[in-house]
Amino acid sequence: MTAILQILFDALSLGSLYALGALGIALIFGVMRLVNFAHGDYIAFCVFALLWPSIDAAAIVFAGNLPTFLLIPLILGIGAGLSVLSEILIFRRFRNANPATMMIASFALGFIIKYFLLMLYSSRPKSIDLWSNLSQQIEIFGARIPPLQVITICTTIVILIALTAFLKRTRFGLEMRAAAENFTMARMLGVRANRVIMLAFAISGMLAAAVGLILVTQTGTVDINMGANLMLVAFVATVIGGLGSLPGAVVAGFLIGGLSSLMQAYLPADARPFRDAFVYGAVIVMLIWRPNGLFSSKAVKQRV
Amino acid sequence: MHQRPSILARTWTTPVILIAILLAVALAAVAVSTGPFNQTVIEIFIRVVLVVGLYVFIGNSGVISFGHIGFTCLGAYMTAWLTMLPAIKKSKLKGLPDIILNAKLQYGWGLLAAAVFAAVCAYVIGKVLMRLSGIAASIASFAVLAVIIQVYSNWDSVTGAQSSVVGIPIIRTIWPYFACAVIVVVVAYFYSISRSGLALRAARDEATAAAASGVDIPRERLIAFVISGAMMGLGGALFAHSVGVVTPDTFYLGLTFITLSMLVVGGMNSLSGAVLGVVVLSTIIQVLRWFEKGIDVGGTVLTIPNGVQEIAIGIVMIVILMFRPTGMTRNRELVWPGKKLSAEAGAMPSSADGKTAKT
Repeated sequence: MTAILQILFDALSLGSLYALGALGIALIFGVMRLVNFAHGDYIAFCVFALLWPSIDAAAIVFAGNLPTFLLIPLILGIGAGLSVLSEILIFRRFRNANPATMMIASFALGFIIKYFLLMLYSSRPKSIDLWSNLSQQIEIFGARIPPLQVITICTTIVILIALTAFLKRTRFGLEMRAAAENFTMARMLGVRANRVIMLAFAISGMLAAAVGLILVTQTGTVDINMGANLMLVAFVATVIGGLGSLPGAVVAGFLIGGLSSLMQAYLPADARPFRDAFVYGAVIVMLIWRPNGLFSSKAVKQRV
Repeated sequence: MHQRPSILARTWTTPVILIAILLAVALAAVAVSTGPFNQTVIEIFIRVVLVVGLYVFIGNSGVISFGHIGFTCLGAYMTAWLTMLPAIKKSKLKGLPDIILNAKLQYGWGLLAAAVFAAVCAYVIGKVLMRLSGIAASIASFAVLAVIIQVYSNWDSVTGAQSSVVGIPIIRTIWPYFACAVIVVVVAYFYSISRSGLALRAARDEATAAAASGVDIPRERLIAFVISGAMMGLGGALFAHSVGVVTPDTFYLGLTFITLSMLVVGGMNSLSGAVLGVVVLSTIIQVLRWFEKGIDVGGTVLTIPNGVQEIAIGIVMIVILMFRPTGMTRNRELVWPGKKLSAEAGAMPSSADGKTAKT
């Protein structure tokens, strides 16, 4: 029972991270068919923002020492700002390009951000102490669980509820959903394209920042590659969920989180280092079974 | 009735021009004949093999693949296993089967085995992957890369995990690399004028019409995938022999980025674009590398920080995509008659850029 509870919490907190990452990618894909390969580097950028303005090789936390109620909005704002900036400077010029071109452009942007960080901070991971008391374990029903997991899960639930409310209840949300459904038609009916897209980028950037904050609290290190692995999982989640489907991305994120935690717990010790390989293997098997994902949306179906 | 000349007769100058460009690069290395420059030229030939390998699949099928560097990793380790001294293998890579453990082959066999092994893996993976299309296929190929790298960086007894495998025989002359680059260009050319290549390009440009005309798209894609997989494997093996050391990390996003950007900058859908992209971007990279090391300008040493190289390439790539998404060659091939850019392009690859723009 205790073991099951432990696995359940692991699965939910890992799944939350994946779901938030996948949501950030699916949002942008929904409005402009862009697979944003720079998303992982947004995450890394937000984490490095904790060190500002120091660019010392040893981690000197400056911005990270701000009180929590200032720090969280600051980092979220940086994420949103970076994301919107990349839209204005780069992706706006690709409005009429095909998705493959945009995908490669975002790949290049990701590299620019990553090597910009490398130039300033070098490639060595640094340790950083942010809310580390949240990782000390507490006992809940006999299972030893760090409060951070509980906070991660609760935050994710709150974000999901808030985002759903935003998308379903407000005018902006309606516009975004309409744009995701049929962008040309939405524009003809008076939806401002640039505003909707910028909004999607802003929300996506904030999600990246949230993921970054959770990651850095969990691991206690900052590293220019810290977003890459998560981004890969998030991509896979958006494909499994059906490209362009927001609920699909979230469900698939939790599914992959669950699968990883189960494998971590039940694979024989020799096979454990290959956990992710098994997870991706399972994903590929699933794609053969349903090539369009679990919740495929009409907009992305191939017509051949 | 008037008969159109065959496709071979109309296009045979393209591979000849490209080989002439490669030969010019090789002769430049012979003329300069310093160690570092030699190594740079070897690097260029290896990249030609890799980028042309990418072109065979991406250019002909129109599906962007982020996973091809995985095959490069497979090829590099294959030749390492076959050509290293048995004594080193017995101490470091105990998990290899006995027949490989005791083998000590010439590097030629290592290259061949690497290409064949990568092709077989590409067949198995492609069988699954080619059922997907468009963006889903790109992301799935990314997942394949991650699986390959993860397996190779954890399988301690066979690949030495994250630690580097050293002791691979190093080849320092440029000719084997040159020969492989030429072979790859020729194979890519003959593939793209073959029945399968033409069918695949038809499917890239107009999938519905191609399918209606009886093109079996997944099958043609699989053929291209296997051929390009073999080329990537060969490129990996050449890489292993050029530096003598392999680690799984070498074959991850960094190399994917560089090779893909060369293809994009040159022009994704043309073989000439693949070769020119390599030559032009390699030149830029080399100049930036000199700057990173520090260059003496009028008594003061000018250095730029590490990372500028990648940032510059990223910016070049984005700018090209913005203003000229079809690349330097506008997706056309270099041909002899009518167009001015042939003969001089061989001698001065970087000026080919400006000339292509005019035609």
